[in-house]
Amino acid sequence: MFKKICGVLSMLVECVRMSLQNIFANRLRSFLTVLGILIGVAAVIALITTVNAFSGSLSDSFKTMGAGTLSVTVTGSDLKSGLSTKDLNALTELPAVEGVSPQESLRSRISHAGSHDTRIRVTGRSGSYFAKNEGLVSRGRPINVIDENNSSRVCLINSDVTETLFYGVDPLGETIYIDGMPFSVIGTLADDSAKSVTSIMNGSDEIVIPYTTAMKMNSVNVVTSLTVYLADGVDSDTANDELEEWFDALFSYEEDCYSIMSMSSIEDTMQSMLSMVSSLLAGIASIALVVGGIGIMNMMLTTVTERTAEIGLKKALGALPWQIQVQFLIESFLLSMIGGAAGIALGLGLSMFLCSMMSTDFLISVQAILLGFGFSAAVGIVFGWAPARKASRLNPIDALRSM
Amino acid sequence: MTFFRMEKINKFFPMGEEQAHILKDIDLTLEEGDYLSILGPSGSGKTTLMNIIGCLDVASSGRYILNDREIEDLTEAELAHIRSREIGFVFQDSQLLPRLTAQQNVELPLIYAGTSPAERRRRAQAMLERVELSDRMNHFPNQLSGGQQQRVAIARALVGGPSLLLADEPTGALDQKTGRQVMKLFGELNGEGRTVIMITHDTNIARNARRIVHIIDGELTEGGDAADV
Repeated sequence: MFKKICGVLSMLVECVRMSLQNIFANRLRSFLTVLGILIGVAAVIALITTVNAFSGSLSDSFKTMGAGTLSVTVTGSDLKSGLSTKDLNALTELPAVEGVSPQESLRSRISHAGSHDTRIRVTGRSGSYFAKNEGLVSRGRPINVIDENNSSRVCLINSDVTETLFYGVDPLGETIYIDGMPFSVIGTLADDSAKSVTSIMNGSDEIVIPYTTAMKMNSVNVVTSLTVYLADGVDSDTANDELEEWFDALFSYEEDCYSIMSMSSIEDTMQSMLSMVSSLLAGIASIALVVGGIGIMNMMLTTVTERTAEIGLKKALGALPWQIQVQFLIESFLLSMIGGAAGIALGLGLSMFLCSMMSTDFLISVQAILLGFGFSAAVGIVFGWAPARKASRLNPIDALRSM
Repeated sequence: MTFFRMEKINKFFPMGEEQAHILKDIDLTLEEGDYLSILGPSGSGKTTLMNIIGCLDVASSGRYILNDREIEDLTEAELAHIRSREIGFVFQDSQLLPRLTAQQNVELPLIYAGTSPAERRRRAQAMLERVELSDRMNHFPNQLSGGQQQRVAIARALVGGPSLLLADEPTGALDQKTGRQVMKLFGELNGEGRTVIMITHDTNIARNARRIVHIIDGELTEGGDAADV
């Protein structure tokens, strides 16, 4: 029994050796044959690795900024178009709520001493926004309650605006004009001030002014967009329920007056969109694998025809049909695996490049590599099966006659 | 014990609507150590007969017994087993695999028989020594002369230790001188006790055997001793 197993093993080793010889004897043909598999595997690998890296960095940034906050957008009813200052104060009183940070955006012309005149997005924010997100202000002071109450004309600007307006001049204490109105610069924003959900969609803030000032400039007296900071130990589902109850009462139980989004619900939505897109793309990429498989099948069928005499000879020398079949299967398997390995290498290289383009961390996904090998092994066996079977069924006499 | 016996072997091939009768009631008996030539022109059915003797094909009717086994009862796998253990084939054109060395070509039948690599090497080298090619073991077929190639093919036929050496026009692709060398080798191998069956259309070649049978239109007739032809 042991001897028999050894015999089979050494036969398999010989099959591998002969297959490699055949593959490398026809280098160009083998290369062209595996090109399809190579491209297919590379595409699948690059896709999976890149999407994984992207969704990983996405959920990381959601985790760092999303903990303990809910984002509320108010569309309002006919009677009540948004939240008044009184409503905001009442909201802050809720047990689940530690603070609220309203925001109001506008696009404005800004200039400094007649130097520049550009259109830029100005965001109105509250003091609690700065209190909740440390490290937003690199120099100067943040907006405080007094600024809010007085609708003061003060602003914080980011480094891009600083460079545009104050090249070589210290901006602190200077005056800039937003839609013609003078604002004094009280601070500068740190570069990585992407601390809210909206910043993912809209990019980071360029100019921040008190939200009350922004409301005046927009001629509105109600808040329609705000971030709610939850009290310690309150999970977002409970807080969500409590807020819904409060808002329902506020809008007299009219429907569709507001929406509450938690970071995790936004993340879930984005991740599911991402995985839908990636599986769609993977589906398209796997068409390349099928095409590659057909290429291998075609090449193997040609090989079987070319080597009819060899098959006949081997049969005459005592090779069993399954031994012939195994030999051709091994050959198509190896061919496909060589293509797969090259495809994995190319795919990883490609996704490394893509990750550096998107400046996300590149992670080698073991799962993707196993998938690549699995795919090419399956393609090799599935598409090699028919040619190998054809070879094993050749009648030795007919095969020998073709000598 | 019966070493080799054919009784009333018939073979038909479908030819359009009709059945072509290729072999007609062949009777043939051999003892171990015999050296037989089957002599016949092309189209006489000698290749079909060789295929049946070599267990590549089975007869349409009749009995064929080789080493006490009824060949017509065997499955394809069992036929393959007999081909690898009992019969050594030598073809007209040496039929070596071009990408394998002489030694690897000789090892080929042993691979399918499941022999261990060390044993394969030992036996292949011994066989190549027997055909006086010990200095050509690692040469590829295209680096060998026609005669040398045919000797490698003979070593390959013998390496499994077959009881029957079956040769189809073994000198057909060789010049006179090399052909004579191969015939000398066959004579020696027979002298060592191996049974040899050689199929040829060449009377001069056939005469090397100790016994000759003629096959004409699928019918076998005893040709007597080689000296009488």
